[in-house]
Amino acid sequence: MKRIVSFLALAVMVVFAQAASAQTLKAVKDRGMLNCGANGQLAGFGMPDAQGKWTGMDVDICRAIAAAIFNDASKAKFVPLSAKDRFTALQSGEVDVLSRNTTWTSSRDSALGISFTGVDYYDGQGFMVRKSLKVNSALELNGASVCVQQGTTTELNLADYFRAHNMQLKSVTFATSDEAIKAYDAGRCDAYTTDASGLYAERLKLANPADHMVLPEIISKEPLGPSVRQGDDQWFTVVKWVLFAMMDGEELGITSKNVDQMLTSTNPEVKRFVGTEGAYGEQIGLTKDWAVRIIKLVGNYGEVFDRNVGAGSPLKIDRGMNKLWNKGGIQYAPPIR
Amino acid sequence: MSTAVVAQSAPRVPFYNDPKVRSIAYQAALCAVIGFLVYSAADNAIVNLRRAHIASGLGFWNHTAGFDISQTLIHYDSQASTYGRAFWVGLLNTLLVAGLGIVFATIIGFIVGIGRLSKNWLVSHACAGYVETIRNVPLLLQLLFWYNGVLKALPDVRESYNLPLHIFLNNRGLIMPEPIGHGGEAVMWLLMLAGLIAAFVFRFWAKRRQQATGQQAPVFLVGLGLVIVPALIYVLIAGFPYTFDIPQRGRFNLIGGVSLAPEFVALLVGLSIYTAAFIAEVVRAGILAVSRGQTEAAYAIGLKPGITLRLVVLPQAMRVIIPPLTSQYLNLTKNSSLAVAIGYPDLVQVFTGTVLNQTGQAVEVVAITMAVYLTISLTTSLAMNLYNARMALVER
Repeated sequence: MKRIVSFLALAVMVVFAQAASAQTLKAVKDRGMLNCGANGQLAGFGMPDAQGKWTGMDVDICRAIAAAIFNDASKAKFVPLSAKDRFTALQSGEVDVLSRNTTWTSSRDSALGISFTGVDYYDGQGFMVRKSLKVNSALELNGASVCVQQGTTTELNLADYFRAHNMQLKSVTFATSDEAIKAYDAGRCDAYTTDASGLYAERLKLANPADHMVLPEIISKEPLGPSVRQGDDQWFTVVKWVLFAMMDGEELGITSKNVDQMLTSTNPEVKRFVGTEGAYGEQIGLTKDWAVRIIKLVGNYGEVFDRNVGAGSPLKIDRGMNKLWNKGGIQYAPPIR
Repeated sequence: MSTAVVAQSAPRVPFYNDPKVRSIAYQAALCAVIGFLVYSAADNAIVNLRRAHIASGLGFWNHTAGFDISQTLIHYDSQASTYGRAFWVGLLNTLLVAGLGIVFATIIGFIVGIGRLSKNWLVSHACAGYVETIRNVPLLLQLLFWYNGVLKALPDVRESYNLPLHIFLNNRGLIMPEPIGHGGEAVMWLLMLAGLIAAFVFRFWAKRRQQATGQQAPVFLVGLGLVIVPALIYVLIAGFPYTFDIPQRGRFNLIGGVSLAPEFVALLVGLSIYTAAFIAEVVRAGILAVSRGQTEAAYAIGLKPGITLRLVVLPQAMRVIIPPLTSQYLNLTKNSSLAVAIGYPDLVQVFTGTVLNQTGQAVEVVAITMAVYLTISLTTSLAMNLYNARMALVER
């Protein structure tokens, strides 16, 4: 249904409307609400919890955008999207920003008419198998049936990997990750493949998570990040810098706990960050205290990571590559100045 | 009392009041308006897509697809084949499931429809129960039931049921030995084809003789003999022209043989059983539309019930049955797009699913898909209309 609605919206947009997408920030402010395309089924990245409250890293990125604009992190409305419907929803204007564990690739950045604003999670594709198969490496999967979600880079990498290693592949594709993982759990496939972070999250949905293991190979680069429609540079800048601010906040040691003390800091970098020096937020189209709002209401990048996928979450994923550049990782944000 | 009608000669009217001229003018104007709307919509679409930086055009057709498809009737290779090839794979999968579905739904539908009129209480009520249950439950739920039911009920691949003739059944599907011909099979099939042609010639001759003399000939038995016997003699002399590739246990799956995937089976079963319920009602209505006098007359001249049904009732019922039957065939074909829910790679799943997503060209992909379904439906309609014209009652 969702797909039909999105498609109709797109059809109406391209056929009749004079595209009026240039002023997303103003439209969001007028609406008083940010429409955010999210996953809906992936623990740690985007999923409503038992109380119906959305949680996850990707979800918190949207909350941070809402916090920066409205000083209210709850002013973000989440639209659950499947992998194959997500781009249509963004193109058609149904959502203002797509924050749904989406891999940044050249074709998506060009032919789809969308732009990725950054990378909130460096990921790579892996495999999960039953322990009883006694498989220790993805290279032993010759002739295996693999369940995979449709419309993903995963689907393409899977075919590439088997082909590159001269292995027979029997893939079974499903429209949503829930259908794919259910079929895997029912024994339709020997292996399930998706981004490694997703494997840990999906494993929790299986009948007996302990019977399954994630294979050591990571077969692809999957930089996941938020994206916006092309042709609106102001909105692109806003979304891009919200993520940068979360990382800069962590780098400067500014957390949701100590952000109020930081307002009186004499460190010039911190002063620029919290807006007591310069008017960097206003240049972006926001307010002077935009970064303070983000950190106070949502948290810095490290806090968000820990809470959703890291040590403070059921997933307990190691930060690995997603550590800041000065802590051994590759997350690096340009400075605010 | 009556009013006299005065006959008048038509008065001369100006051309703009001439109803003929007017109607042509109106229709021309309407065509122009519709043409303009279509043109401006298409033009607007192109301009807006360009402004939104979304790729447009059909250039993607020859780009490498790069994804794997689980069931392919024609050669398809994820690294070398194009999106265009993926389209054909999806289309053939749709046609396969729709074609087989139509055959099975028709067979089940006719049996159930006739059964519902049976004098046997158990048969007629069983058929009525089938129809009322199946046609009142949404098809999507039935597909999920068949898919999950099939999956959950069958054993794991390592504990497959071993059926006779090296056929294996497990939750990855039904795996059968694959016949591999080595040269002689073409002769065998040609002999069978020749036999089939001979059988039709015999049938034609027998019909003419029956019309001329009233003598009947055992058309079916002779025809069967003509098809089978020459081929059988050839096989006995030259040896059976096929060897079988028997599925072997591999590390993960059975290797070799041909397999029917559970997605395909679930979709085929679901579509056939669902549509058969509607066809059964169409058949029942058609039979009831034939006047009871026809049956009585047939009995009166000594025809048996089976022959009466086949030669007297059904040919007349077909006039009523065929038009709504066509609608059911069209429904079945269109419903096959629900394959997307259970992972069967039909046109919608492959083309408006993966291809649309990878290329991002929603407008082109969806337009092509709609055109394809329209073409399939119109072709089905045309075929059924021709058949209907043939079956129509010839009034003399």
